[in-house]
Amino acid sequence: MNLLRVSSPHIQGPNSSVEAVMKQVLLATIPGVLVMTYFFGPGTLINILVGGAMALAFEAWALWLRGRDYKTIIRDHSIIVTSTLLCIAIPPYAPWWLLLVGIGISVLLGKHAFGGLGYNPFNPAMVGYVVLLISFPLQMSSWTEPRGIGEVPGFVDAITALLMPTSYDAVTAATPLDLFRQNEGMMFSDLMSAHPEMMGTVAGVGWDWVNLAFLLGGIWLLRQRIFTWHAPVGMVGALALCAVIGFDNGSSTGGGSVLFHLFSGATMFGAFFIITDPVSSAVSNRGRLIFGALVGVLVYLIRVHGNYPDAVAFGVLIMNFAAPFIDQYTQPKVYGTRQETKE
Amino acid sequence: MRQIHDIHGGIHPPERKELSRPGKVIDGPVPAQLILPLSQHIGAPASPIVAVGDHVLGGQMIAEAQGPVSVPVHAPNSGTVVAIESRAVPHASGMSDTCIVIELDGEDTWAPTSGIADWREHNRLELMNCVRQAGIAGLGGAGFPTAIKLASDRDQGIHTLIINGTECEPYISADDTVMQCYADEIVAGAEILAHIVGAETILLAVEDNKPDAAAAMTTAAMNCEMAEVVTFPTKYPSGGEKQLIEILLNAQVPSGGIPADIGVLCQNPSTAIAVLEAITLGKPLTTRITTVTGEALSDPGNRRVMLGTPIKDLLGQAGFDSTAGNRVIHGGPMMGFAVTDLNMPVVKITNCVLAPTADELPPPQPVQPCIRCGHCAEACPASLLPQQLYWYARAKDHEQLERHNLFDCIECGACAYVCPSHIPLVQYYRSAKSSIKDAQQEKVRSDNSRGRFEARQERLEREAAAKEVKRAARKAAAEARAASGEDPVQAAIERAKAKKAQQERVDS
Repeated sequence: MNLLRVSSPHIQGPNSSVEAVMKQVLLATIPGVLVMTYFFGPGTLINILVGGAMALAFEAWALWLRGRDYKTIIRDHSIIVTSTLLCIAIPPYAPWWLLLVGIGISVLLGKHAFGGLGYNPFNPAMVGYVVLLISFPLQMSSWTEPRGIGEVPGFVDAITALLMPTSYDAVTAATPLDLFRQNEGMMFSDLMSAHPEMMGTVAGVGWDWVNLAFLLGGIWLLRQRIFTWHAPVGMVGALALCAVIGFDNGSSTGGGSVLFHLFSGATMFGAFFIITDPVSSAVSNRGRLIFGALVGVLVYLIRVHGNYPDAVAFGVLIMNFAAPFIDQYTQPKVYGTRQETKE
Repeated sequence: MRQIHDIHGGIHPPERKELSRPGKVIDGPVPAQLILPLSQHIGAPASPIVAVGDHVLGGQMIAEAQGPVSVPVHAPNSGTVVAIESRAVPHASGMSDTCIVIELDGEDTWAPTSGIADWREHNRLELMNCVRQAGIAGLGGAGFPTAIKLASDRDQGIHTLIINGTECEPYISADDTVMQCYADEIVAGAEILAHIVGAETILLAVEDNKPDAAAAMTTAAMNCEMAEVVTFPTKYPSGGEKQLIEILLNAQVPSGGIPADIGVLCQNPSTAIAVLEAITLGKPLTTRITTVTGEALSDPGNRRVMLGTPIKDLLGQAGFDSTAGNRVIHGGPMMGFAVTDLNMPVVKITNCVLAPTADELPPPQPVQPCIRCGHCAEACPASLLPQQLYWYARAKDHEQLERHNLFDCIECGACAYVCPSHIPLVQYYRSAKSSIKDAQQEKVRSDNSRGRFEARQERLEREAAAKEVKRAARKAAAEARAASGEDPVQAAIERAKAKKAQQERVDS
């Protein structure tokens, strides 16, 4: 008998693997993506499928270049998570080259330039997103009109938009956050009733449902213990707190209501799917609470005072810089140091 | 009812304790040879006091303790010493060490013993010496010399004795069995231990997955006023000394300290019995109850095994199917180590021999990169950040490792159990700990030799300076003499003459 010489422990917890974690994150995006598909048509779905294929190709190429076992490593699904998150953030009906550039930047610069999975200091999806946002502001701010306001494009439109962007005539509309930012001299309540995109909602037609759906997926991940509550609660809490402080009963220069901020744009998607990326966030629970809270503050500041309508990507990237610093000051108290103050 | 407290982290691995049928003690095998390592405990190895060819009786001391942190070794039965040589011994590193090999004669003759019936009348030093001479080291798995532990109360003394029957490791049911079968002896031994250290309270700690053991202990404790049975929820690693103290007393052993620092002493139930037998019967420690379990065995169970019995014989008696297994583990699946040679013997710390099938404990899965998910930090009972420790261990950043309290890691393996990337975290920590210790020793050595060098330099300088002072004085004296008109040449001649004259006087 050949005695296996391995170190303790000799047993492994049930079903735990990087693939399993990544699969659960992917499953949790389903409600959000379905609601986006309902309100904006199949654009996001197409983004995810095409972007995923591109991501796999880039990943395999990068692993091959780095001399890694690409056939095995690619099965950890991590790159599909990255590409799916990026594709949810990119407007639906994006042209193929936009996806290609975004995915390429995410995979090559965001992930592999730093050493691959586990070594990236920045959230790779957000690296790709920000590069696109700065380089191609027009394409990156063209959101389709939601169902109920305009016609939702079909699959043919989606394929046309993807492959022959010049011949596709998009019917786009400003998002509620765009309207909020461009608002000149309107009371918040007037703003909400002036635009059909906002009427009868807390944060714009479709957007409140999209946020609710991502919240649902996020809560499921929380229950699956994929991450702890600290970062999401930190971000949502800080954003809400800022909105409470900044809300002056809805004057023309005020900051918008709490519900508007919580259910607009990428709030819930960011809180549960982006800042919970463990690799690039702080490590301890206390650290993650602070990390999330500061992202929340940045999101509010940039939304209300900045040049961009939404700010999750910027907030996350800025806080990625700060994560090691937060770690230095948020080491948990270890066993045996509790009673030092006694006596 | 005593208030129970929770500890941070912990895991709930499948317990699988029913496999070894707790509650019944089976006699172990009688092998042809016993292999007795000189080091079955933490501390200095014992030193042999028998030679090859000597006949020894059961219970006879064959190696004596060397230095304070050490315990002697006794022959578990009568026979002839056939070798004193290096053999494979149970150790995480798979190393070999000196062992005394005894070929049993089958006569089962024993050295006479005498115990102390009225132990309450004897002082603690006498009793501690009995414990030491009986070769008792902690039977829970760590093997720290019990007498040293009993002497470890620092300033404030010991107020609470905990008999640790937690046995939180999966598979193992040795303590469970001992508690079910020998509850009265455990309580009696605990009373002696409490007497030695001056404890006022004895807590008999049992995890709630062992109701039979708890019931037996409760009955036994009725005869002892200071003893109390405490049960608490099953969770790994509640049986860690530090964790158990927090669960029972809501107190933490200071980082880098020992339980005695807060007036607590923990002992394993079997150790309490060994102490009872050593003191009341004068019987040395020569057997122990070991769980022999795993699906590769047709007859698993808890066996009373002579120390020195080769693991091969023990497995053979339990019906080991070597084609079904892929490894044999000394200890439990969480903290035990892989046996590298089936000829290695059962020793004082062998609480379990686990022979799993390949399906039961599959080989480790390929390691994936750490994604810093933090599951390890959630599971860590010491509230460490295992993912950071892993990072710094790989970077060999000793400063950060110490800043992140590497030395508070108890190596329980909860982090590696939950790790989705299957990283052998404990191995990294063990290796980092030993390289830090090496570096510290290296530093002490180099500090010492630097100190010696500097002292020598200083001495040489001092001597040179003293010479210089003398020389200057002589020069000044000579100059003074010259100045006073004395002819130095004439003076030298006269000095030589005087010397010669003196020499001649001596010669004649």
